[in-house]
Amino acid sequence: MTVNVVGKRVKRVDAVAKVTGKAKYTDDFMERDMLVGKILRSPYAHAIVKKIDVSKAKALPGVEAVLTYKDVPDNKYATAGHPYSLDPKHRDREDRTILTKKARFVGDEIAAVVATDDLTAEKALKLIDVEYEVLEPVLTPEDALKENAPLIHEEYDNNIISDFGYQIGDVEESFKESDYIFEDEFETSIVQHCHLENHISYAYVDADDRIVIVSSTQIPHICRRIVGQALGIPWGRIRVIKPYIGGGFGNKQDVCLEPLNAALTLAVGGRPVKIDLSREECMIATRTRHAFKYKFKTGVSKDGKLIATHITAISNNGAYASHGHSIAMSAGTKFRPLYSFKSIKFDPVTVYTNLPAAGAMRAYGVPQIKFALESHMENIARKLNMDPIEFRRRNLLGEGYVDPLNGNKVLSCGIHECIAKGKELINWDEKKEKYKNQTGIKRRGLGMACFSYASGTHPVGLELAGARIVLNQDGSVQLQIGATEIGQGSDTVFAQMVAEVLGIPVDMVHVVSTQDTDISPFDTGAYASRQTYVTGMAVKKAALEIKEKILNFVWGMTDIPAEALDIEDANIVYKHSGEVVMPLSKVAMQTYYDTVFAKPITSDTSNNARVNAMSFGVTFAEVEVDIKTGKIEVVEIFNVHDSGKIINPQLAEGQVHGGVSMGIGYALSEEMLFDEKTGKPLNNNLLDYKLPTIMDTPDIGVAFVETHDPTGPFGNKSLGEPPAISPAPAIRNAVLDATGVAFDRIPMTPQRVFEKFKEAKLV
Amino acid sequence: MYNVDQYFEPETIDEATALLAEHPNLLIIAGGTDVLIKMHSGKIAQADLLSIRKIKFLETIQKRQDGTLSIGSLATFTQIANDPIIKENIPVLKEAALSMGGPQIRNVATIGGNICNGATSADSASTLFALNAKLKLQTQGGERVIPIEDFYLGPGKVDLKPGEILTEIVISPEDYQDYGGHYIKFSMRKAMDIATLGVSAICRIKNGVFEDVRIGLGVAGPTPLRCQEAESFAKGKTVSAQTLAEIGKLAVKSTKARTSWRASKEYREHLVEELSQRALKVAIKNAGGESLA
Repeated sequence: MTVNVVGKRVKRVDAVAKVTGKAKYTDDFMERDMLVGKILRSPYAHAIVKKIDVSKAKALPGVEAVLTYKDVPDNKYATAGHPYSLDPKHRDREDRTILTKKARFVGDEIAAVVATDDLTAEKALKLIDVEYEVLEPVLTPEDALKENAPLIHEEYDNNIISDFGYQIGDVEESFKESDYIFEDEFETSIVQHCHLENHISYAYVDADDRIVIVSSTQIPHICRRIVGQALGIPWGRIRVIKPYIGGGFGNKQDVCLEPLNAALTLAVGGRPVKIDLSREECMIATRTRHAFKYKFKTGVSKDGKLIATHITAISNNGAYASHGHSIAMSAGTKFRPLYSFKSIKFDPVTVYTNLPAAGAMRAYGVPQIKFALESHMENIARKLNMDPIEFRRRNLLGEGYVDPLNGNKVLSCGIHECIAKGKELINWDEKKEKYKNQTGIKRRGLGMACFSYASGTHPVGLELAGARIVLNQDGSVQLQIGATEIGQGSDTVFAQMVAEVLGIPVDMVHVVSTQDTDISPFDTGAYASRQTYVTGMAVKKAALEIKEKILNFVWGMTDIPAEALDIEDANIVYKHSGEVVMPLSKVAMQTYYDTVFAKPITSDTSNNARVNAMSFGVTFAEVEVDIKTGKIEVVEIFNVHDSGKIINPQLAEGQVHGGVSMGIGYALSEEMLFDEKTGKPLNNNLLDYKLPTIMDTPDIGVAFVETHDPTGPFGNKSLGEPPAISPAPAIRNAVLDATGVAFDRIPMTPQRVFEKFKEAKLV
Repeated sequence: MYNVDQYFEPETIDEATALLAEHPNLLIIAGGTDVLIKMHSGKIAQADLLSIRKIKFLETIQKRQDGTLSIGSLATFTQIANDPIIKENIPVLKEAALSMGGPQIRNVATIGGNICNGATSADSASTLFALNAKLKLQTQGGERVIPIEDFYLGPGKVDLKPGEILTEIVISPEDYQDYGGHYIKFSMRKAMDIATLGVSAICRIKNGVFEDVRIGLGVAGPTPLRCQEAESFAKGKTVSAQTLAEIGKLAVKSTKARTSWRASKEYREHLVEELSQRALKVAIKNAGGESLA
């Protein structure tokens, strides 16, 4: 392994294709006479369809089909992109049908039309007559939890999806041992992923009478299963193809369009039908990030040691279960490897409301709990008159920690080093001194926040990943993986891994970027920051197998024992001296064309990961607050990550830039707003939903503390989601530092800041 | 989807006014950054369009012999931001133009469209209010010139009569010469955003005294507006922090802010008081006055 490409700033394998427009996304594929599918959405948050008349719509020239709930299978299914579980108790709640008679949020899917073009489809939607019985909408979790609250899903006794929690130790006993008890409450808002490419798919029935769906999905193999379940047809009758994707952030770790798309093509005799959501639809009718309300009660000793915490959480899940309670449980699990508590009680409840369904979004419940926990830590440190960094340090767990509930063991932990590096990068001590006693209109402050995260979902979810490698005649290889490239750069790091193991240049590794359930190895998809860690191991195993086969073949050719050989720069060499024995291409040709021994070299491997590496990190932020206008500006921000070995620093930095920018929006400006009485969305577009622009984003400082985790294929751990976790609390803590005002809710919009400053008599 | 049945693209203003006279239902489209968004969202369900984009002379920005500035209604925001005449004579309009949308939007959005759209948040409007701009409206039969303040009738409503096309925005020399100005767009984002409040302040100063102050506000009422009370108070007053504070307070009196999900009335009024002073502070400097702390 002397090529040494792991750890290098290798150019993305898809960079040129993407910037030249050659990379094909779902909308770039053409089928002859493709029809257009559009969806009739409920204008009411909670209503029952009393009567629906589609005759006028059907009569419109150019309309090929109109479907309502009566025309689609009545199978209830779950949409979350989780691996299937053989244990029925472990499966997601099945509460959806392809179209619905009961509207559960503004935007719910009542009917759909197929027409020859967009405009005709739009016109047809307007011609569908629906008579609704409007029900009282349930728009807050508190209302949903009331005793006589209207039921959003009438087949259940109440609006609670789950209230499963846990207790470690005995918090009540531990509170008695504590010198101080601190209590805080926090609230986060509903936000949306805002991936560049909206949800889009098209479907047709092929010559073998199978349904082919091309979709912008993070989870093609799971998608296939869910379409099968929704339609009640064998899974093998469905083929899902995933081309390049313009981002997902978890919103495409869910099955939104595909079952309906399959039903639509079946309704028109298998002709191709495309569903292409508008931004306005995508923002309400796919998934959102759960809004949480957290209550913390924490016992601390005089010397600043955390003893116990009792966490109560309400998770606003919206109208359908989707990922449901998994989000709250992920939050309650992933924070544990960070701080030492003798006892923890976690009491979450996940509740239906008549709002858009919440699902997976980057870091899966953790940004919410970390906003609350790291704000709480800051408040406690201040009340104890302790330096907030010192307070945190005193309570960090570190290497050797074994989680008492899931058995995951921390084998590498660089959190102390991350903190030290961040502190130095932002020039903490000097600035803290400088910003003491500010009285002007513009005040500056510093804040920080830490996090812990996991690599994949073990042991909660199955972590299966497949990789297949074929050696070509010229010594190059094809790599196929079931894991999906969704912009994060996984194809590139997999290519690096293969090149590293095989001793060939990266450009001799051809990664098949498209996943096709007929062809690609099985993998559950892009989520949980799992791919470099879990799929990476599958790729490494496949490459090692190829290498072994190559060297054995050379042994047969030359009588030089395989263990005396290696591959370097696409040559077979003597291991001891590096002397070239023959070019790899010569071996490859023999494997194809030797009249006696020809046997092309391939490997088809699967990795079922039963390990999980904890990653760590920290954000340091400096803000400037305009006391008069309530505007907060992030002046400097640094994210320092322990993600183990960094496979590709350039891509890793990109991940951090994107995640931090997401965190800044989460802290300061992003929230989905709904009319308080009707539940109508107020800002489901990118003008009124304040996603930060590049002008609002400061230069983002990135640093890595490279530990080596023995369970990662190259010592690496998760990095996809973690950058989005800690910016919001760090910014909140910086605002507290600048102004003395402790915010308990994000986003800290100018309006909200103004109100808090008025309360604090700053204006 | 854009439900357009008819689309006309005349090359002269005479052709355009004739078409308008013939088809009174035609909706005028220039850059399309408002019209197409309204069609996309369904606010306009169907429209027949008259594009004026090919009438090239409407893009002209010029300074006449007598000092009058004339800005063609089809001048894009990019053009305004880069135009040497604007830069030299009314740089405050350049500031406003640059605050609008993002580069792609500014490349196509026109100043005439910005005004005719009738939004109180139009980034060019508060500055044109402060500059006492006049609008030239042309029909097949003739033309009329009216002050911009009279053009705005209500939210999204302007006095564009059937058959009329806004062709030119005119600013008289006495309204801009020797003035310094500054525009503040207060919005959640630094680009691609709609103003929570727009403040354009211009002033003329002699010997430390305000000879004239004009403040135009956007999103402080259903239409852009001027702060008459504050302006009359300011005239003849010494340039000082106290004068500014009083101007800020009086500016609020001209506003008709309301509470919406975007911002509360109280907050908007607070911003008017604060930002009119901030804008004026910079305007004072640009007018050659002593800067205030």
